Amino acid sequence: MSSSRPGSYTRTAIRLHWLLALGLSATLALGFYMSDLPFSPAKLQYYSWHKWAGITLLLLAVFRLGWRLTHPAPAAPAGMPAWQHAASEWTHRLLYLLMLAIPLSGWLMSSAKGVPTVYFGVLPLPDLLERNVELGKQLGQLHGALNFGLLGLVALHAAAALKHYVIDRDEVLGRMLPFLNKA
Amino acid sequence: MKIRLAYTLPLLLSLLASTAAQAVEYSQLLADKSSLGFSYRQMNVPMDGSFKRFKAQLAFDPAQPAKASAAFEIEVASIDVGSAEGNSEVSGKLWFNTATHPTARFVSSGIKALGNNRFEVAGKLTIKGKTLDVSTPVSFKADGANGVFEGAFTIKRADYAIGEGMWADFGTVANDVQIKFRLLAAAKK
Repeated sequence: MSSSRPGSYTRTAIRLHWLLALGLSATLALGFYMSDLPFSPAKLQYYSWHKWAGITLLLLAVFRLGWRLTHPAPAAPAGMPAWQHAASEWTHRLLYLLMLAIPLSGWLMSSAKGVPTVYFGVLPLPDLLERNVELGKQLGQLHGALNFGLLGLVALHAAAALKHYVIDRDEVLGRMLPFLNKA
Repeated sequence: MKIRLAYTLPLLLSLLASTAAQAVEYSQLLADKSSLGFSYRQMNVPMDGSFKRFKAQLAFDPAQPAKASAAFEIEVASIDVGSAEGNSEVSGKLWFNTATHPTARFVSSGIKALGNNRFEVAGKLTIKGKTLDVSTPVSFKADGANGVFEGAFTIKRADYAIGEGMWADFGTVANDVQIKFRLLAAAKK
């Protein structure tokens, strides 16, 4: 096993984890809610808020990926089967990929639909694509599909964490919730 | 004296003739080469739109702006704000109410030269049954046999009750709307 790995996550890693968990949940919920609303000023406001949140989450995800690459995660519990190692490794890789791809696909969709993003109503962001209504629709479908993918992965991720806590009774969940391991 | 006149008269006549030859009255709008757009701010995001169908009666001789006139009819339902959802919304009662007010109009009331091929066109703009005085700068340039007229002016959407009820607040969609036009017109044949 890699002996260089620390026994716990840094405090920054834990904060980033929960900040993104909270931010992604809220922004995803707002996204699903607002897309079904009838056309109204509120809907246009929600779209702007959703885009501001999405750009913020993209920045946080980039910072978090940088942090993760420079601060290795603690080693898995001794004796964990190889398939669980692999599953954990790939779930985390996909989660990072989606944390970047989801806001990026939203930004691309906005650009293609011809509605630029003005961050917090102040900072105009560049359009990543030329206006193209058909492409905008397809990117919208991709944005939605990636979010369903995220929901599935997060469910798997949470179920695995609970399995470690309830069935294996190891300290994996406590590494992200340090108060559990203190007891 | 007589000799002078004999020389001067033909010169004067030829001058007059050349002025007459230069006087071109642009009267036929080339609709497919013209554009009528607008821009506005939605949540402080700059947005663009346009009207796809409009007609005009023009009589514009840049040499005689005082005699010039322009009248436009815009088919409001031909609006494009960039999305199907937006287009059906702005055709509705709270916005343009195109069922009751299918046509917007501009009729010029006075045109004056500002020099340098620039003009000030005043007129009455009717949208959604409300008529108000507006004026816009227009620049002219000849493009081969055609004339190109370009300009922009700003109206307040609330003045025409465009966006009533829940849209009346300017927090989401700003009050200022800039109208931009680029019109190509052919000379009378």
